[in-house]
Amino acid sequence: MTATDSNEAVLQYAVRLGDDALVLGHRLSEWCSNGPFLEEDLALTNVALDYIGRARMFYSYAAELSGDGRSEDSFAYLRDCREFTNLLLHELPRGDFAFTMARQYLVDEYALAFMQALLESEDERLAGIAAKAVKESKYHLRRSRDWMLRLGDGTAESHCRLQTAVDDLWGYTPELFELDALETSLVAAGVAVDSAALRPDWEAAVRATLEEATIELPQADWSVRGGRQGIHTESLGHMLSDLQFMQRAYPGLEW
Amino acid sequence: MTVDNRIPALPAEEYARRQRRVESAVPELWDLLDEVKDPEIPVISLWELGVLQEIEQRDETVVVTITPTYSGCPAMSVMEEDVVAALHAAGHDQVRVETRLSPAWSTTWMTDAAQEKLRAWGIAPPGCGSADVAAVIRCPRCGSEDLRKLSEFGSTACKALYQCNSCAEPFDYFKPI
Repeated sequence: MTATDSNEAVLQYAVRLGDDALVLGHRLSEWCSNGPFLEEDLALTNVALDYIGRARMFYSYAAELSGDGRSEDSFAYLRDCREFTNLLLHELPRGDFAFTMARQYLVDEYALAFMQALLESEDERLAGIAAKAVKESKYHLRRSRDWMLRLGDGTAESHCRLQTAVDDLWGYTPELFELDALETSLVAAGVAVDSAALRPDWEAAVRATLEEATIELPQADWSVRGGRQGIHTESLGHMLSDLQFMQRAYPGLEW
Repeated sequence: MTVDNRIPALPAEEYARRQRRVESAVPELWDLLDEVKDPEIPVISLWELGVLQEIEQRDETVVVTITPTYSGCPAMSVMEEDVVAALHAAGHDQVRVETRLSPAWSTTWMTDAAQEKLRAWGIAPPGCGSADVAAVIRCPRCGSEDLRKLSEFGSTACKALYQCNSCAEPFDYFKPI
């Protein structure tokens, strides 16, 4: 790769990671004032803040790499669905509390391993963001794993809801471990994380948690992908219409 | 491979931060910014919190470098504004605040004195623990270790919520990270 190509590739990679964080952070923020009880409301929104902060760090880096005057806000507020490159798992509607916690658990196991691997990136800025994210994800995982056990091994109702959530989410997880040409080239350059290599440990950890939570491992007979190429579920557009409303209605608004 | 058996008294990055202050060409600016407190915990300064990393005079501009606590901590922008305001009030018109991500902020940078200020303010301090290994937590009111966790996340990103089983005090615990 030439220096310019390489710059553009890192920019796109940073945007992908920013998109993952922003979209999930927004989904979590939707629980604000809707949590099942006060402490949980605070916890969900605290995790949302960590993710939105993570998105800002990735977008700011992408904006600097672009060198064309774009800002973190340009990436968050002024792109449409097809330009968003988050993994689909992050954008699914928040569903009920079991769905939100199951998604969070699956993401937390992944995010912690991913960020630990990103610490080794040749790109110092990405490694610096990862160093912050690792510490936060440890706390996220501790909580979401607790909830898996509590809901799965709880009442008949909570067990049923968690099993349904895990079944509905499962087909979105293979995408977490797939690399396209961009990521493959960045892995070779020592910049990106080889997410395919994270799969065995992730599966082992998830399997152990599900077993302890008395939740059956879903049958892997369907899967959906496309987020990294901008092919999304219908829910992302609805989410962006909410997330981007202010900038669309009042372009350039600052506060 | 040689094994280093020394127990570090202070994390290397924190030692370096304290050295920067000791060797600074503008010690009066560090003293000035000791007046800038955490907006949500007004008993400890940005210096004591570990957020304040560097102060330099570059030509006419004072450049202050800070590091964020948590990625999404909404208090960071308030801290920035407070730093600028304090320097403006002291007659420094040109001020720039830069953010540096690494080394990633750690509660192990807080001095014992700062931790005691937290406790006196009603917040259980993080001690020397990390996100992996928590230190002993004590009720900031009665000192009891007989506690229960109410929530992994409290009133801000950096705190968890606990209650003391001995004196019934509910309190924030500054999470080690």
